[in-house]
Amino acid sequence: MWKAKVVVTYKPGILDPEAKTIHHALVSLGYTDFKNVETGKYFQLTFKEKMTRDQAETVAREACDKLLSNPVIQKYTYEMTEVSE
Amino acid sequence: MKFGVVVFPGSNCDHDAYHVLKKVLDANVDYIWHKDRSLRMFDVIVLPGGFSYGDYLRAGALARFSPILQEIIQFAEHGGFLIGICNGFQILVEAGLLPGALIANDHMRFRCQDVFLKVKTTSNRFCGLYRPGQVLKMPIAHYSGNYFADESTLKELQDKDRIVFQYCNSIGEVSEESNPNGSLMNIAGIVNPNKNVLGMMPHPERAAEKILGSDDGLQIFKSFLGKN
Repeated sequence: MWKAKVVVTYKPGILDPEAKTIHHALVSLGYTDFKNVETGKYFQLTFKEKMTRDQAETVAREACDKLLSNPVIQKYTYEMTEVSE
Repeated sequence: MKFGVVVFPGSNCDHDAYHVLKKVLDANVDYIWHKDRSLRMFDVIVLPGGFSYGDYLRAGALARFSPILQEIIQFAEHGGFLIGICNGFQILVEAGLLPGALIANDHMRFRCQDVFLKVKTTSNRFCGLYRPGQVLKMPIAHYSGNYFADESTLKELQDKDRIVFQYCNSIGEVSEESNPNGSLMNIAGIVNPNKNVLGMMPHPERAAEKILGSDDGLQIFKSFLGKN
């Protein structure tokens, strides 16, 4: 069975106010080593049926393009892994 | 003129919009249920404010795929008038009926307050009863109202006279201080290329009776009724 692990983040240049606030909080706790902080959303899509990696990847990508990310402001990466039933 | 007000699970300004149309303006209005798959005859459809589908994933992202939205997209493509208010505006950008995106307010706070809006253009049906440059007072109530679009989109919005409302101060100055959420160019409302779809973050339906502090928003609905 395939599982797609998807991470959706903001495109460069898009304001991420949540990340900014977290960055400030980290600095105020003494963690001054970070140049940049970004936030994102993580999804795990586990497939029901057996299919080829290509088939699973196509479906996962379609789900990301259509719903999981908003292409105007976000980008995504994914990783396909094989899991036992 | 027949108005429709869409009801999603989580809508909370649907009754306000219905009240203004029915009781204040004595217009012909019906609710439209989000699971409906066919639209009866409507001239103007309102996508109301609220938190459709709990704002899960992104505000407006799930409502965009509800059964009725597919009908409404067709309706708008055939020239029907559509007004998206607050969450309705978020749904319209997610559906691609309006360009850009509405991201979290730059200060990360929910803002519920009166704001001033400048009517930037009256070259659309919604603003027929306003004067260009007129200053309106209406409330906002949102967390994700920070309008973003890339440079070419912003340029097109400007060139084609599609920026309808901008946040300003009480004397109509559009400034950083009068921007409540970080929106680019203080954008509070825009229309599509055919100017039959309006999206706006402020709530005209909550500013439609003097006793509630302002009736500046009433004209948007009234503009379709052909009476002053």
